Amino acid sequence: MSYIPPAERLWWKEPIEAVELFWVAIALVWALIMFFMMPYWHVYGKQNLSSEAYRTTPEMFTKKVQAMVDQYTVRKETARDMPVVRPPAGADIYMLGRLWEWYPVLELEKGQSYRLHLSSVDWQHGFSLQPENINVQVIPGYEMVMKITPNKSGEYSVVCNEYCGIGHHQMIGKIYVK
Amino acid sequence: MANTAEFRTCPDTGLKFHKPAETLMKLNAVAGIVFLLIGGVLGLLMGLTRWPTVHLLDADSFYMLLTAHGVGVLIFWIIFFEIAVLYFTCTSLLNSRLAGPRWAWLSFFLMVAGSIMTMVAIFQGRSSVMMTSYVPMSAEPHFYLGLIIFAVGALIGCFVFLATLVIARAERTYGDGSIPLVTFGALTACIIAIFTIASGAIILIPTFLWKIGYINHIDPLMYRIIWWGMGHSSQQINVSAHIAVWYAVMGVVFGARPLSEKVSRMAFLLYILFLQLASAHHLLADPGIGTEWKIFNTSYAMYLAVLASMIHGLTVPGAMEAAQRKRGFNKGLFEWLRKAPWSNPTFAGVFLSILIFGFLGGISGVVMGTEQINLIIHNTLYVPGHFHATVVGGTTLAFMALTYWLMPVLFRRDVILPSLSKFQPYLFGIGMAGFSLFMMGAGTLGVPRRHWDISFSGAIFGHQYPETAYLMLGLVGISSILAVLGGGLFILQIVGSVLFGRKRGEVKGSTPLIAELVAPGVHGIGIGGISVPGTLVLALVFLTSFILYYFVNWKYLSQVWGLG
Ligand code: HEM
Ligand SMILES: [Cu+2]
Ligand SMILES: [Cu+2]
Repeated sequence: MSYIPPAERLWWKEPIEAVELFWVAIALVWALIMFFMMPYWHVYGKQNLSSEAYRTTPEMFTKKVQAMVDQYTVRKETARDMPVVRPPAGADIYMLGRLWEWYPVLELEKGQSYRLHLSSVDWQHGFSLQPENINVQVIPGYEMVMKITPNKSGEYSVVCNEYCGIGHHQMIGKIYVK
Repeated sequence: MANTAEFRTCPDTGLKFHKPAETLMKLNAVAGIVFLLIGGVLGLLMGLTRWPTVHLLDADSFYMLLTAHGVGVLIFWIIFFEIAVLYFTCTSLLNSRLAGPRWAWLSFFLMVAGSIMTMVAIFQGRSSVMMTSYVPMSAEPHFYLGLIIFAVGALIGCFVFLATLVIARAERTYGDGSIPLVTFGALTACIIAIFTIASGAIILIPTFLWKIGYINHIDPLMYRIIWWGMGHSSQQINVSAHIAVWYAVMGVVFGARPLSEKVSRMAFLLYILFLQLASAHHLLADPGIGTEWKIFNTSYAMYLAVLASMIHGLTVPGAMEAAQRKRGFNKGLFEWLRKAPWSNPTFAGVFLSILIFGFLGGISGVVMGTEQINLIIHNTLYVPGHFHATVVGGTTLAFMALTYWLMPVLFRRDVILPSLSKFQPYLFGIGMAGFSLFMMGAGTLGVPRRHWDISFSGAIFGHQYPETAYLMLGLVGISSILAVLGGGLFILQIVGSVLFGRKRGEVKGSTPLIAELVAPGVHGIGIGGISVPGTLVLALVFLTSFILYYFVNWKYLSQVWGLG
C-alpha cells in the first residue's frame, strides 16, 4: 500500500505492471514528438522568436528611436502629439516602452518585412500586439530585434502585459498596417 | 528511542503520532489555512474586479491585493501546509519521532514572522510589485526580508524532515527496507524544496541588499532566470506533494496498492532529475536568451518531467481501479468508478484534483511551454488560467481532501456539517475548473494578466477587445464566486470542526477511517488480460485531447504575422 513500506524490501526489485509499460512507451513517443515540433517549426514554420538581442542603455536606445522618428514621421496623433512614423519596407524600426506609453506609433505596409527593435528605458514591460496576440517580454538593458511581416492590414494595438506600476493599464500604443 | 509517553496511537487508523510532531502538524496546517482564507477573500475581490461590469476595486487596491494574493496563497498557504505534510509522512507513516522538535518550532516561528512581515509590507501599500517583484521595480526592504526569513524557516523544516528520515532508519521504526511510496513522494518534494529555497536566496538576498543600497545594479534578465529557478521549482514541490497525497488517499480510501512501486517511484525521481534548473519555459519570450537554450531547457529533449506526471496520471487511478476490482467491482469498464464513494469529500476532492490537474492544468502547461506557441500566450490571462488549474484545482483541492481525512485522525474531531462536505469539493472544483477555463479563453483572445482595465478608459488610444472576451471575463467573475463559496465552506468546516466538532476521544469510531488493504497482485481482474482497462481508456482519452489541443494551438500560431 502506498503509505506502508513496499512488499519487497527494496522498491527497485518490485515487478512492473504491463499496462504501465505500454503507457510509458506511448507517452514517451508523444513527448519526443512534442520536442521535435520545436526545431521542426524553426525550419519550416513562419513564426519563430528571433534570438537576436543586444545589450543597450536607455540613452543609446532612445537615441536610435529618436533618429527614426526625426527621419520618418508623417503626422502626429492624439492630444499628446504622438508621432506616427512610416519607415520604408525592410527598414530597422523601433518601439520603446516607458512609463506608460509605447513610443512612437508605427505605420507599416502589408506583406513587407521589417526589423523591429524593442526595449524599455525604465521597468519591464510586455509587448502584446492585439488582436494578433503576439506577446514578447521587454526588458530594460536588452534590445531585442525581430523580423516581423504583417500579413493583414488594419489597426493594431500594443497593450502592455507585464505589470509596470499604476499606469500599466493605460499603456497602449498603435501599429497601423496599410 | 523516544519516550513512549510522547506517542499517541490513533484508535481508528492505528497510526502512531509523536506528540510534538502532532502539535506542529496542526499549527502549520492551521497557519496555512489562515492564508488560504485571506487569499480566497482577495481572490474574490479580484475576480470581481476583472469582471468588467462589476469592476469592484480601484486600480491601486487591485494591484496591491493581487500582490498579497499571489504571495499569500502561492507561497504561504501552500508551504505551511506542505511542511505539515512533510512532518506527517516522516513521523506517523514511519512510526518515528520527529527529529529535533525545537528546530521544528524555530522553523514555524520564522515562517510565521516572515510571512507576517511580508504581508504587512504589502498592505502598507508601497510594495505592489506582484509576487514576482521583477527588478528594477522595487518593493520596501521588509517585503524581501520577510520572504527571506520565511524561506529560512521552511528550509529548517525540510532539514527536520530529512533528519527524521535518518533517525527512523537508524532506529528501524519501519522495518529495514524502503520507505513507503507516500513518504518517498514527500522526500522528492523536500529535495526540490531545498533547491528552490537556495535559488530564492540567491536572488532575494541580493535584491534586498540592492534595495537598502549595498548593491547598485541587478540585471533584470538575470533576476528573471534565477527568480524562476525558485518560482518554477516550487511548483514542482507542489506537484510532488499533491501526488503523494493522491497516493495516500487511494491507500486509505480503497486500501489500494500502487500498480507497481518501481514505476511510481521512478516517476517521482524524474521530477528531481528533470527539474528545470533554469525554468526556461518562463523565459521563452525573453530577449537575450538563445533559441537552442530555450528549446533544450524547456523540454530536456524529451519532456521527462511531463512524462512523469503522465505516469502518475495512469498509476494513481490505476491503483484505485485495481483495488476496486479486487473488492468485487469488476464488471465492465467503469463499474469501479461508478461504485466509488462520490460523497466522501476525501475521495471526491482527490478525483477532481486528478482531473483538473491533468486535463486543464497539465495540457495547458505543456502547450504554453512550447517555445513558439508561448508567443501567443505569454503574459495573457491564459497563464493564471493555467496555474489556477494546477495549484488550486490540483494542489489545493488535494490538500483540502486530505484535511477532511485528517480532521478525525489528527484532531480527533468529527466534521461538523457532513452533509455540506459532500458537495464542497464539487463546488470548489467545478468553480475553479470554470474559472481556469474562462481565463484561458480570455487569454486566447489576448486579454492581459495583471491588468485593471481592458477598456483603456482615459488612455491615449483605445482598443476594443472582442465581445467574447468580455463574456469570458464575466464568466470568470461568476466562477470565482462559486469557487470562493466552495473554499469558504471548506474553511468553515475545518475551523468549525477544530473548535466545535464532536470529540471522538481515544476510542475507535463506528465508521472505519482507513480501508483494509487489498491483496497484492492483479490476477483475475480486468478485461482480456488488461488489469485496469477503465484507467487505460481514460488515459487514452486524455492523450487524444492533449494531441488535438496541442496541434490546434500550432494552427493558431500559423495564422499570425510572420516572425523571425
Ligand atoms: C478560490 C479562489 C481564488 C480566486 C477566485 C482567485 C482569483 C484570482 C484572480 C482574479 C487573479 C488575478 C489574475 C490576473 O488579473 O492576472 C489571481 C491571481 C493569482 N492567483 Fe488566485 N484565486 C484563487 C485561489 C488561489 C489559490 C488557492 C492560489 C494558490 C495556491 C492562487 C494563486 C494565484 C497566483 C499565484 C496569482 C498570480 C498573482 C500574480 O500575477 O502575481 N489563487 N487569482
Ligand atoms: Cu508597461
Ligand atoms: Cu505594464
